[in-house]
Amino acid sequence: MASGGELTPTGYLNHHLTNLGMCEAEDGGLIVGDCTNGGFWTLNLDTLFVSVALGVLFCFFMWRMAKRASADVPNGFMLNLAEVLVDFVDQQANDIYHGNSKLVRPLALTIFLWVILWNFMDIIPVDLLPWVAHNVFHLEYTKVVPSTDLSATFGLSISVFLLIIFFNLKSKGFGGTIKEVFSAPFGPALFPANVVLRIVEEVAKPISLALRLFGNFYAAEMIFLLIALLPWGAQWFLSVPWAIFHIIVIPLQAYIFMVLTLVYINMAEDSH
Amino acid sequence: MSITATLLGQMIAFAIFVAFTMKFVWPPIMQAMEERRQKIAEGLAAAEQGEKAQEEARAEVDRLVAEARSQAAEIVAQAQKRGNEIVEEAKGTASAEADRIKESAQAEIEAEKVKAKQELRGQVVSIAIAGAEKVLEREVNTETHQDVLDKFVAQL
Repeated sequence: MASGGELTPTGYLNHHLTNLGMCEAEDGGLIVGDCTNGGFWTLNLDTLFVSVALGVLFCFFMWRMAKRASADVPNGFMLNLAEVLVDFVDQQANDIYHGNSKLVRPLALTIFLWVILWNFMDIIPVDLLPWVAHNVFHLEYTKVVPSTDLSATFGLSISVFLLIIFFNLKSKGFGGTIKEVFSAPFGPALFPANVVLRIVEEVAKPISLALRLFGNFYAAEMIFLLIALLPWGAQWFLSVPWAIFHIIVIPLQAYIFMVLTLVYINMAEDSH
Repeated sequence: MSITATLLGQMIAFAIFVAFTMKFVWPPIMQAMEERRQKIAEGLAAAEQGEKAQEEARAEVDRLVAEARSQAAEIVAQAQKRGNEIVEEAKGTASAEADRIKESAQAEIEAEKVKAKQELRGQVVSIAIAGAEKVLEREVNTETHQDVLDKFVAQL
């Protein structure tokens, strides 16, 4: 185990579910470690590092493949993989999104690939990366799955939320959007009900997006940790089926996030 | 377990990744796939056209072969007819030639016969005269006995 401290199950779980934070201490110093009570101005270094590294990884991979892509006979498994991913996202976007923004398809691809890579960190044995971080880099805490950090999932879903507002304004203009907020779906006479409903509807979007992804992987990580508390001879019996099950959940959650983003943006561009 | 400023960092990173994907990943891959799609469509159309052309060519070949066959049959028939004609002609020429040779030979024979007769007649006259001279032992006056001699010659 990564922690050199006491080996109680609760301690083990807490340790593994704590981010490597960077925050200001009460005395004005800088804490790098447990920032559970650090308030809003805390940076989760592990989440940032892992997610940015994964983002750079997929960007670099897709960039290399984009340079190799040509109209000739496609050669190489990696190039085929990149093309399959792009084609898959393009088909989903064609089915769902009816606008013609140049932003939406690359956005969907980025969400799909980034989230799928976040989620894949879940499959890596729970103690491996924390052990490396502890013994090589002397970091006390490491939580490697960005999907289990609310800041990461909300970061993504709030970005989508801002884009929803942007596309509302872009397709209907400021006045048109305000008019829609006040008059749909019950007509202008019932405008208070319309406004309340609209606010609930819009706020529910980023919250449900973020919490769905977070909940799935936080729970999954918790179960992997509980399995890891079992005697080592019995672990494979549970961890292997759970990991295989997650091979389905990982792309599924990324797919759901991508598709809902497309649906929300399409709704924002359409008028109600 | 709370939302922290990490969120802002994540949003910035996300914006950068989206911008990168939008600029450097999506357009070239889509363009390559679109170009390939067009290439394949063109290839399929060309294949279809080629098949059609081949079918047409095959029909043309069939037509030409049939034509050639009938022409060949016609030529053979003509050649046979011409051959027969030549044989007939040759036969006719040969028999005419044979007739002609026979006729000339006969004419020659006839001429020879006349000539020989003439010669024999002359000789018979002189023999007869010589014989008569011997019998009479004197000269026969040809002029006086001319009428007798002419009668004799005419009898030969």
